[in-house]
Amino acid sequence: MTLSLLKSRELVLGAAILALLLAIASRFPAFIEPSNLAKVFNDTAPLIILALGQMAVILTRCIDLSVAANLALTGMVVAMLNTLYPGLPIPVILLVSILLGAIMGLANGLLVWKLDIPPIVVTLGTMTVYRGIIFLISDGAWINAHEMSESFKAFPRAVVLGLPVLSWIAILAVTGFAVLIGRTALGRAFYAVGGNPHAAVYTGLDVGRTQCAAFVLSGALAGLTGYLWVARYAVAYVDIAGGFELEVVAACVIGGISIAGGIGSVGGALLGALFLGIVKNALPVINISPFWQLAISGSAIIIAVAFNATSNRSKGRVILKKAEHAQ
Amino acid sequence: MLANTQGIGNVHPSVTNDQKPVLSLKGISKSFPGVKALSEVSLDLYPGQVTALVGENGAGKSTIVKVLTGIYRPDEGEITINGAAVSFPTAQDAGKAGVTAIHQETVLFDDLSVAENIFIGHAPKTRLGLIDRTSMIRQAKDLLARIGAGIDPSVLLKELGIANKHLVAIARALSIDASIVIMDEPTASLSHKEIEETYELVERLKAEGKAILFISHKFDEIFRIADRYTVFRDGQKVGAGKIADVSEPDLVHLMVGRSVDQVFPKRTPELGPEVLRVAGYSHPTEFEDIGFTLRRGEILGFYGLVGAGRSEFMQALFGITKPSKGAIRIDDTVAVIRTPNEAIGHGIVYVPEDRGKQGAIKGLPIFQNVSLPSLKSTSRNGFLRLAEEFRLTRDYTRRLDLRAAALDQDIGELSGGNQQKVIIAKWLATQPRVIILDEPTKGIDIGSKAAVHEFMAELAAQGLAVMMVSSEIPEILGMSDRVIVMREGRIAAEFEGDDLTPERLVRAAAGLSEAAS
Amino acid sequence: MSSTLTDDKAPQREVPDRLHGPMQRLLASWEILLLGVAVAVFIVNSFASPYFLDPWNLSDATFNFTEKALIAFAMALLIVSGEIDLSVASIIALASTAMGFAVQLGADTPTLVLVGLGVGLLCGAFNGVLVTGLGLPSIVVTIGTMSLFRGISYIVLGDKAYTGYPADFAFFGQGYVWWVISFEFVLFALMAVLFAVLLHKTNFGRAVYAIGNNPVGALFSGIRVPRVKFALFLLTGVMSGVAAICLTSRLGATRPSIAFGWELEVVTMVVLGGVNILGGSGTIPGVVIAAFVMGMVTFGFGLLNVPGIVMSIFIGLLLIGVIALPRIVRRTLAARRG
Repeated sequence: MTLSLLKSRELVLGAAILALLLAIASRFPAFIEPSNLAKVFNDTAPLIILALGQMAVILTRCIDLSVAANLALTGMVVAMLNTLYPGLPIPVILLVSILLGAIMGLANGLLVWKLDIPPIVVTLGTMTVYRGIIFLISDGAWINAHEMSESFKAFPRAVVLGLPVLSWIAILAVTGFAVLIGRTALGRAFYAVGGNPHAAVYTGLDVGRTQCAAFVLSGALAGLTGYLWVARYAVAYVDIAGGFELEVVAACVIGGISIAGGIGSVGGALLGALFLGIVKNALPVINISPFWQLAISGSAIIIAVAFNATSNRSKGRVILKKAEHAQ
Repeated sequence: MLANTQGIGNVHPSVTNDQKPVLSLKGISKSFPGVKALSEVSLDLYPGQVTALVGENGAGKSTIVKVLTGIYRPDEGEITINGAAVSFPTAQDAGKAGVTAIHQETVLFDDLSVAENIFIGHAPKTRLGLIDRTSMIRQAKDLLARIGAGIDPSVLLKELGIANKHLVAIARALSIDASIVIMDEPTASLSHKEIEETYELVERLKAEGKAILFISHKFDEIFRIADRYTVFRDGQKVGAGKIADVSEPDLVHLMVGRSVDQVFPKRTPELGPEVLRVAGYSHPTEFEDIGFTLRRGEILGFYGLVGAGRSEFMQALFGITKPSKGAIRIDDTVAVIRTPNEAIGHGIVYVPEDRGKQGAIKGLPIFQNVSLPSLKSTSRNGFLRLAEEFRLTRDYTRRLDLRAAALDQDIGELSGGNQQKVIIAKWLATQPRVIILDEPTKGIDIGSKAAVHEFMAELAAQGLAVMMVSSEIPEILGMSDRVIVMREGRIAAEFEGDDLTPERLVRAAAGLSEAAS
Repeated sequence: MSSTLTDDKAPQREVPDRLHGPMQRLLASWEILLLGVAVAVFIVNSFASPYFLDPWNLSDATFNFTEKALIAFAMALLIVSGEIDLSVASIIALASTAMGFAVQLGADTPTLVLVGLGVGLLCGAFNGVLVTGLGLPSIVVTIGTMSLFRGISYIVLGDKAYTGYPADFAFFGQGYVWWVISFEFVLFALMAVLFAVLLHKTNFGRAVYAIGNNPVGALFSGIRVPRVKFALFLLTGVMSGVAAICLTSRLGATRPSIAFGWELEVVTMVVLGGVNILGGSGTIPGVVIAAFVMGMVTFGFGLLNVPGIVMSIFIGLLLIGVIALPRIVRRTLAARRG
């Protein structure tokens, strides 16, 4: 019954997204043309990728507020690498960005695992540190489009089978994550560690190490997105993706991932990100000032968390026979 | 890994030669800052036999379990399995060596499926290294069938009741084909029928040749199912042998190092006027039509199986949950209780069963725990007066013979028995008229138990009205003037005087008909 | 801790009130460690720059932390109780926007103050209802209201700004009470005392600690947990309103990006001050010292022409370092002993 309820939570969100699309389409049919929807998806791809990593972290009862800073720092590093060695092949760039991101995730994870510092404190700290390092290495300067090599900029935008590479990477990340979460020991460990850390210890799971693994995963995805982001917008500076970490957390919350750990699904994270992406892209189309976006996503978070809480509320013990039948 | 596929249905012949232990601990010591939890203890477990581990709280039982399951690493000592020295750096290693534990409260994962709960950490894998769900569910079904549990392995664990969760934990223990099974107070929160089923399971595990370490506080249970015993006291092993060679008083003597007067305090109750009258108290799902009266100086026992609705009713009376209908009269005046604050205002206080969660506020010092509900009287105009708080705490903890280093010590550092004394002191300091004690001696050592019983008798003699929820028949019989038995959320029977016999209580609680009365 | 603590068989003896004397407790406290850091920063700064010890410069430096500290006092209570409010900076934005809007309607200074406080109170009440009324986790609720409150400012203002505040309104953020002592600093000092008394000397403060250590146990002890938590959200909202008045007065203008990112600095200040982010412990004197440390670090770096973003590295490292260091020390000590 709860399984169907969980499913239904994603169904409700899916229905809400569909209703939103239909409402927009009723006045602006062009919005739901496949080409535009593909554009919206591509635009939301970074949010989707980061939401997946954040989901793993939140499942283990942690939170990673450093993802946007990680993204920006990795983006800056690979952009500088590109200006220094324009001939560096893209696979190397990808590898560097994933590794660098993973190392920053590892730093978070080790502080949480080895020193037992609350994740919110750790990532609040590393978030400012990572941002600061961007300034130190770049001297506050921007790296602009003309300083980047063509192949560097072209990779995320290259169209393969009708979709840009950026979109394909998001799709790959979602499928990869679905397998990781559903079918690997690590994926199930995320749920176990977040759902009942005490029991996890007794079943031989290392809570700290599992949390650390989630941080590494989140960091690696943030690093990957760092390159994609910088290449797509063809600019790198200290403040790119400023405040994006909250949008990522918002996508997870809207997607029904419980901040208390142990509850959530890949589908939820995906839908949560898509919801925010659609709102963001629809506002200019329906002639609402983009200044409305912040308030709308804030309201969406509150509504989502209230909805999830009411559907999760435990009803206490049922002792009376007649009450049992009445249910 | 591959053990779980081969293990199923692989019944070992029962071993009759009990000279050779399968697992031996020798000279195990473990210290924590300031405390020596275990000092050179030894323990032997034999295949096909149940060894009961007995000891007061704090004797080192849970520490040895944690050493055995790889949660703690011993400072010194040796663990051997079938004669070969082993070490368990992590819980995973202990599992691989064939040691598994079924814990006090079935600690598993609500949001994973039954099959995943059974196989977490050692799930069958496909060639790609992914979890093989089909085979996992099939194996889980086999395991559950083997212990006679008809549970669907694909449902989420949170769909199951406590007894079924317990079966899942046992299935998990079987799934790693453990040769050594540790059961840490497995019957503590089970009903009578479920306890019987657990005993059957233990027998079955024995027949399969497993060595079982059985930790329990219940002597009847120990004498019923154990073959051997080991007694710990203050982190040391003080005795071991065959159950057949020992008597209950001997075991108690070993446990406490002195003979404890098991007799309950003698009382000649002097009942005063009626202080509380409850009529038709009902809750939508938890209890219905509860009505009784209580007089000053009376101890009213509430007996029933776990889950009969006793604690739920008491918590409603204390204002934690709201009743759907019913009325309370206190000193013949109608009272409405919607919050604990109002209950305290009417002089009704509640010592909860879940001491760690609902009773003690760990992190706060003893004196702040005691003064918390009495701040109105110790403070002036909302400003704290620490001297008054200390005075209050001294007054009440002294009467309970509290053992602590200082009154500003964190309550979390005290033993269970002393925490309970602080909580009782906290409520007495509010000068209540009715005190509700919910399983007041659950999980506390024998010495503190006697002190609590003694004190209850003293309180009643001073004219306090006491309600006591207890699942221990000796305690109920030894302390109560009158007993209400609850079953499935309703009052099933009420006994006093000569009617108050163990057999009647058990029959009423289980819903069996009784021809005599 | 000696092993006799848990020995139930010891002969009865009188349990003393206190295990350690007041001096011992003080020396073992977080606040002393932090005070050491503050003194060190002060000495380093005065050597690093000849301008540091100038009274007017020092007075200017206090503006780096007074407004944030006003919120941090209330936030400390909220975090001790086990909750958090990440929407404080957005409450500033909304309160400031409301005041700017009132100015356009011709409001005078007393009205502006009422508007600022009122919006803060309403925002706090909104958070409080969601957390205590609906039982939602405060971290998620306030991430939501953080977007919502600032979002409303953006809807109202877009890329414009409100200016034209009355001249006497400038006093709150720019006025001096005596010599180099600013109004903001006096307010800071006053609030520090008030909040210290509230948390450490009243029944309310005791309830806050009890709830932070064990909310269920507190409920079972007759404490009206939702009511206390709701009051704390109100308090945090009002203090954000106070900070909005000071900041708006100091800047003389309202943009929707006002006080952006302050919530993290406020939380950092509270945690640096020794308040356990998981609730249950912490003191106001600790937060006061932390405010000085952060203010002086920012100011010292400023004098040395170190850009703000680099200071933030230092604050970030400080945040992790002050929590990590005692843990590392404790662990190595324990390892050596064992």
